[in-house]
Amino acid sequence: MSATDSTEHHPTGHTRRDFLYVATGVAGAVGAAAAVWPFIDQMRPDASTRALASIQVDVSAVEPGMSLTVKWRGRPVFIRNRTEQEIAAANEVPLDQLKDPIARNENLPADEPATDLARSAGEGRENWLVMLGVCTHLGCVPLGQAGDFGGWFCPCHGSHYDTAGRIRRGPAPENMLIPTYAFVSDTVIEIG
Amino acid sequence: MSGGHSTYTPKSGLGRWMDARLPLPRLLYDSFVAYPVPRNLNYAYTFGGILTLMLALQIVTGVVLAMHYAPNTELAFVSVEKIMRDVNSGWLLRYLHANGASFFFVAVYVHIFRGLYYGSYKAPRELLWILGCIIYLLMMATAFMGYVLPWGQMSFWGATVITGFFTAIPLVGDWIQQLLLGGFAVDNPTLNRFFSLHYLLPFMIAGVVVLHIWALHVTGQTNPTGIEVKQKTDTVAFTPYATIKDGFAMILFLLVFAYFVFYIPGFLGHADNSIEANPLKTPAHIVPEWYFLPFYAILRAITFNIGPIDSKLGGVLAMFGSIAVLFVVPWLDTSKVRSAAYRPWYKLFFWLFVANAIFLGWLGSRPAEGVYVALAQASTFYYFAFFLILMPLLGLIETPRRLPNSITEAVLEKNKAGAPALAQPAGER
Repeated sequence: MSATDSTEHHPTGHTRRDFLYVATGVAGAVGAAAAVWPFIDQMRPDASTRALASIQVDVSAVEPGMSLTVKWRGRPVFIRNRTEQEIAAANEVPLDQLKDPIARNENLPADEPATDLARSAGEGRENWLVMLGVCTHLGCVPLGQAGDFGGWFCPCHGSHYDTAGRIRRGPAPENMLIPTYAFVSDTVIEIG
Repeated sequence: MSGGHSTYTPKSGLGRWMDARLPLPRLLYDSFVAYPVPRNLNYAYTFGGILTLMLALQIVTGVVLAMHYAPNTELAFVSVEKIMRDVNSGWLLRYLHANGASFFFVAVYVHIFRGLYYGSYKAPRELLWILGCIIYLLMMATAFMGYVLPWGQMSFWGATVITGFFTAIPLVGDWIQQLLLGGFAVDNPTLNRFFSLHYLLPFMIAGVVVLHIWALHVTGQTNPTGIEVKQKTDTVAFTPYATIKDGFAMILFLLVFAYFVFYIPGFLGHADNSIEANPLKTPAHIVPEWYFLPFYAILRAITFNIGPIDSKLGGVLAMFGSIAVLFVVPWLDTSKVRSAAYRPWYKLFFWLFVANAIFLGWLGSRPAEGVYVALAQASTFYYFAFFLILMPLLGLIETPRRLPNSITEAVLEKNKAGAPALAQPAGER
């Protein structure tokens, strides 16, 4: 059967052969895309990287006013035993003055406001601040007890954080992230 | 490649045998010997050849350095020190490669500014220009990944900041960043893949260079007058005229290059990169290599939110936009006259653009605070205004100077006015 013959039976001009061409082409494209996927997929974090999920840190030696930096998933985590003055300074800030009003605390609901309590380890442990020591701008490690708000200062592009690790001025968009963690005893924190 | 009219005639029997089977000698003869080039090309036109030379130099030095380098976070820094101290001539090869990258960029910037000045991007050379932009993008990616390999402090934190750009993208940003890094932070998987890609990309550049030269040989070169070749007397043969001129320019360029390699090899580098990478300590001032500084200044200039776009995404968009705008230059310039030599206003704004670009580079090396931020914002504005406002507008309102009728006429006029005694030999060429 020639193409002209089949067109006569199909007033729209589309033949069964056209359908077969398109179907074959689509199947080929889907197959090619599926074949490409492993080449992209292999670039994602591998099992050994993902397995470095949690660490335990002994904080018994960290007196008020002292900080500890530990490495977790290749990045620094700041653990700070804050002084009374630092907590008071953070509590004095009205929430509407914050550049980022969200707590960014993975242990709390995603829309929790960024009060000092929501940033700290919670009731009774307000002195503890545990956060990812990574500037939310472009990933540098901020310097502790520096900057205009007595908290942290990122030397890369000039972001100032307060004593609760909240962004106050500069290009960083968010408060420093508080990862999932818990006190497994009074002196040991499990991060992750 | 030359678009027809081959004048190649094989002289030997082997030549004729080859020509009937694989006419590679014919292609090379037509492209690099008989190929007609405008007779008035100046030294600004020699940088294409210089760039080809630098690409070859980078590939050769890179391939041998890879024989001694170990792409592993435990070994990388030490293996580079080993290249410097233990490997025979290793110090020379590494300094050639590291300074070679800088000089590659020196040459590409002159080449790009040459194109902008003489309107080399205008029809029918739009694709030629776009291919050049692609080469430039590939060069930037290659240079960035190469700078990470020594695994010093600047390597590590430069990689952290630059891959951090991608987290500015809404929704998928973090996923893309982890895809690039192979983890949650710059680490061994990152170093491994950067090494692999750093080895691959130069060959992709070489491929695009072939397309770039192909496109060049289809349309023919522009020249300082911007007038197309009209007659035989407008051109000279590529060999010997262009080859000798290119060769002489290469020698001068390599003299300066050698001065850097042998006398001030660390001048363009950063001292912090002699400290091994430490993921827990950011250096006080992170600065990229000098050739990225103008774009770094643009990134940091956006300190304010623009509607729904926060300052972080805005900075990243402005930075990528500053490169992306180059791709559409052929359609932004509305002038009917190609060369700035006949465009008094464009010429003025062009040189302001060059000064502004250098100023942006200087601002990029300063800390992002105080008056530097405001200056960077003004400078960033001019950068974009040059392309998006001045280029389209000047073509409509500027009165160009009278164009000569042909390249030959332009050359003879210039010689008559400048040095009458030289007019005759130049005319005979």
